[in-house]
Amino acid sequence: MTTFFTAAALVVRKDLLVETRSREVVYTSLLFAVSCMLVFAFGLVKEGRVVADAAAAILWITIAFAGTLALGRIFDRERQNETMRALLLAPVPRAAIYIGKFAGVVLLLLLVEAAVVPLVALMFDAPLFRHAPLLAGLMVAGSLGYAAVGTLFAAMLARSRSRGTLLPVLLYPMTVPVIIGGVRGTAALLQPDVDIAMARTWLVLLLCFDAVFLTLALWLFEPVMTE
Amino acid sequence: MTKRLFPVAVLLCIGMFAYAPFLIINAPYESTMGLVQKIFYFHVSTAITMFVSAFVCGIASAIFLFGRRPGADRVAVAAAELTVLFGLIVLASGPLWARKAWGVWWQWDARLTSTLVMWLVFQAYLLLRRFGGPGSEKLSAAVAVFGAALVPFVYWSVNMWRTVHPTTNVVPSLDPSMRGPFLWCLVAFLLLYVLMLSARTALENRRARLDALYLALED
Amino acid sequence: MDFTSLTLTNVSRHFGRRRALAGVNLTAEAGQIVALLGANGAGKSTLLSIAATLLDASSGDVRYGRMTAREGGHALRGRIGLLGHDLYLYPELTATENLRFFADLYALDSPGDRVAAALASAALQDRGNDPVSSFSRGMRQRLAVERALLHEPRLALLDEPFTGLDDVSSETLRARLSALRRRGAIVLVTTHELEAIEPIVDAAYLLGRGRLERLAAGAGSLRDRYRRQAQA
Repeated sequence: MTTFFTAAALVVRKDLLVETRSREVVYTSLLFAVSCMLVFAFGLVKEGRVVADAAAAILWITIAFAGTLALGRIFDRERQNETMRALLLAPVPRAAIYIGKFAGVVLLLLLVEAAVVPLVALMFDAPLFRHAPLLAGLMVAGSLGYAAVGTLFAAMLARSRSRGTLLPVLLYPMTVPVIIGGVRGTAALLQPDVDIAMARTWLVLLLCFDAVFLTLALWLFEPVMTE
Repeated sequence: MTKRLFPVAVLLCIGMFAYAPFLIINAPYESTMGLVQKIFYFHVSTAITMFVSAFVCGIASAIFLFGRRPGADRVAVAAAELTVLFGLIVLASGPLWARKAWGVWWQWDARLTSTLVMWLVFQAYLLLRRFGGPGSEKLSAAVAVFGAALVPFVYWSVNMWRTVHPTTNVVPSLDPSMRGPFLWCLVAFLLLYVLMLSARTALENRRARLDALYLALED
Repeated sequence: MDFTSLTLTNVSRHFGRRRALAGVNLTAEAGQIVALLGANGAGKSTLLSIAATLLDASSGDVRYGRMTAREGGHALRGRIGLLGHDLYLYPELTATENLRFFADLYALDSPGDRVAAALASAALQDRGNDPVSSFSRGMRQRLAVERALLHEPRLALLDEPFTGLDDVSSETLRARLSALRRRGAIVLVTTHELEAIEPIVDAAYLLGRGRLERLAAGAGSLRDRYRRQAQA
């Protein structure tokens, strides 16, 4: 009998394998993120200088948008040949499948962030690496929260009509605390008089969000995926 | 018993709302804002009702998903619609108050912003139900459960977001003599909510019975 | 975790106002190949999904031996094999990778050998390292059948397994199903290819507008009997 974590690991490995073959999601997400940053630049850069705090906003909003796109594509793939049904049919706790998908989404988000963070630091003259560990903590905690909610909703919607438009409509209000926490926490690290305590408080909020919503998602995955 | 109670409750509710303006007029004036502040009696009562409704929706959805009771889903739909409705009233009355009291329509007040986020979540519930296709009952139930759990986080994050920048618009603390009228209005709105919830749920129940009859007809 | 019968008692399923299944009663015993026949949209796929625990019945009872799906949990799912319309294969992965993934997911012993045997059975030994997206319809169908039966399920549910198969592959599939039957499996097959299933079928049912009835024994081929009853 496959254990919970073995099953989740198998799903992640399979997703990585599929992705390395086509690299579709990685390339499109990265390119989209850069285009997104560009669009923001036109809006938020005035006379060659970026409006205060804009760098943090650009970073997080870009990741949120890229994340939504990636989520849609990842679950569209499982829908293509109805492989999601085959996964649900496997003799493993269904929550393990959720964790496997979740881990894949987190990895993708971290990959996109690895590209976007240096780009934002460069293009918007933002000293993002001054407090690298704390920033990394914020990025990881935010990604976990976003992925926890996003994976559940994207999985749920995979069989729905209007899934393309409904995913953002559902996801953005639901991840408002993550966006606020991420942007304000990063902004606290970017301001001239760095506010470490504030950044830490935001990190705590993000971690609490992660804990609560990951647990909820694990509970809800099984009842929601049986029709 | 509930059938006989309903008309009595309706009359009671009408009575309470009829009397409310008198209470509000006779309530003391708030020092800084004067007459405009009196919108607070309805505004805050509706806000509280909206959040109560959000929790009702979340709990009913959880019962539907885990207890597998289809009746709970019907309550959840009704509660979601009412959350959106009462939320709309809050979001409409808030700016009216803000405009007169502080000169701007919207200044990202923590509570109003939180209400907006919750309103969007439950509006998304309704959209999912309408456009999600078959099987969207369970999906929207998950949205409702998440939405109810989101309330404290939205409050926490939006509050922190706002208090970092000190604002001149502080909601006044409650004068004791205002408490009476406020509680009256609050109870009136909660009663109205309960009445609307039961009426809407009854409609949903009838729709379900109609579906069952259509199905039976095919046999 | 093994059972010797699948019993559906008064199973109904509706989607809103549309009834897909109405009071279906079906018992299939171990060592039986049961054919489910019917026009498109008759509810065959819905019935298979319910038997596979992927779909809940709106009312009625589904039992595996004496267990319900809820009692069986995920261990029960390990004894069920489903082949759907959409084949359940990852086109970016090779045939071997697809099979190996499911073999690992089902925690099979000596997965490497099982995968090799499955590829041989599907006559795809030479194409094991080619991505499934490069396969023809018939090849994908053969691979999909093997994926569904990889773990030697006790209950095999196959939705239109003969689609896209040539005569030789059909014969191989029939032999595969017969071997399953000999090992005591319950095999439920929906198909339009009546001639393909006829040599091995033990019992046949007709599903029409959600209602299930046993195909009456009588003169003529399976198709003749089907036509007669379907028109009645």
